[in-house]
Amino acid sequence: MTPTIEPVMIEITNAEKTFTMHLQGGIRLPVVRGVSFKVRAGECVVLSGPSGAGKSSILKMVFGNYRCDGGVIAVRHGDEMLDVAKAEPRQILSVRRSTVGYVSQFLRAVPRVPTIDVVAEPLIATGTSRDRAHEQAGALLRCLNIPERLWGLPPSTFSGGEQQRVNIARGFIPELPILLLDEPTASLDAANREVVVDLIDEKKRAGVAMIAIVHDDEIRRLIADRVVDVTTFAVAA
Amino acid sequence: MADARAATTNQPLLVADGLGKAYGRLTACEDISFALYPGEVLAIVGESGSGKSTLLQLLSTQLAATAGRVSYRMRDGVLRDLSSLGEAERRFLFRTDWGFVHQDPAQGLRMAVSAGANVGERLMAVGWNHYGRIRQTATAWLERVEIDVGRIDDAPRTYSGGMRQRLQIARNLVTEPRLVFMDEPTGGLDVSVQARLLDLVRGLVSELGLAVIVVTHDLAVARLLSHRIMVMKAGRVIETGLTDQVLDDPREPYSQLLVSSILPA
Repeated sequence: MTPTIEPVMIEITNAEKTFTMHLQGGIRLPVVRGVSFKVRAGECVVLSGPSGAGKSSILKMVFGNYRCDGGVIAVRHGDEMLDVAKAEPRQILSVRRSTVGYVSQFLRAVPRVPTIDVVAEPLIATGTSRDRAHEQAGALLRCLNIPERLWGLPPSTFSGGEQQRVNIARGFIPELPILLLDEPTASLDAANREVVVDLIDEKKRAGVAMIAIVHDDEIRRLIADRVVDVTTFAVAA
Repeated sequence: MADARAATTNQPLLVADGLGKAYGRLTACEDISFALYPGEVLAIVGESGSGKSTLLQLLSTQLAATAGRVSYRMRDGVLRDLSSLGEAERRFLFRTDWGFVHQDPAQGLRMAVSAGANVGERLMAVGWNHYGRIRQTATAWLERVEIDVGRIDDAPRTYSGGMRQRLQIARNLVTEPRLVFMDEPTGGLDVSVQARLLDLVRGLVSELGLAVIVVTHDLAVARLLSHRIMVMKAGRVIETGLTDQVLDDPREPYSQLLVSSILPA
């Protein structure tokens, strides 16, 4: 059986990032250079390398959260490959609405908004009915072991681990073709780590392309189809 | 984490082109150009004296520019130079298609007439004349901004600061404007009251698909409400970009200073 070749969803070519710290006398901190790799649909690429190697910076450049100082970061947005490194803010917003999702370990909670709405919001924003969005949000929260009695409360009152799981639910709920995972399992207990691994598997089967950062070797073994070593993009001092 | 349901239309709603204001030799604003799209929330940030409030007044035609121009897409789809509008047309725009939320609610409200009349007045200005319907709509809007409907006949003089600000928002939104200008909307409020107001504004903006230009010195307000940021210094725009991009990866020395000056909560 010949494997079918899945379409390329992300293609990074010679991307680079340098921070210039103007408040520290204009010190330049090169982070990565020559970042090049591809991610196909249904594939999870895990970035490896020690802390400070630039893994998060790469993820943030793909999301358009950090600016890219050179190279091309092409993502399949609808029918075209859009270069996020040069895109207008409006285009990046459009990419985030319908193409690229980002799951971090930290929830930036809006005061007063109940958990169920925090999770359902990305679906409602793209036109799913409120009832249906709440139903899906509830299912996902249950899956992540957030008890139903908490759903009506704002997550700002929750423990760190609970907040993280709410954030994971919010990140996994929209059906986007690309997902960026920034340590989604950090500080979760074994049962919930397993749930996240299952969620990632489900996304793969749905053809979602993923780039992930995980420090846990066991999780990496379970989810990685390929590992990209970020230290190869290090800038020689 | 502003809702990203912005700017689905491809034609800009408002366009500033080389906009400037000089008072003699003193330059308050210089060479400002940008386009705002329907449903987009733009925050203008900078410290006192950076020219951000002057810019807001230029954009909303309350101040005449000494250079450049502002154009606005009228409801008929035509983009028009605002300086070419007659006074009556300009006032009509202000009463219907635009809102302006002042930092001090006393500037945007009539303090001595009832809350219901404050909201109803804007409707009457656009030709509503059925008292029952006006009252009903005003009531619905008070509920929407979380003001106890039992206070509808009280004057805003008797309201708290947070209630006044919410009333001002209801008064502005009742005519379903497409563009709302906000000048430090949470400026004079307690922190807890600020959070509630921001949350309310954020919800209304995404529900109604409003375009907003909000001037603030508070980067947390910009983070919560806006899609895009313009950083101003000494009358010029020195950095612009997606809100989280400018706040998480500021490029210019002054933007880095602003971002690093936030006290961690």
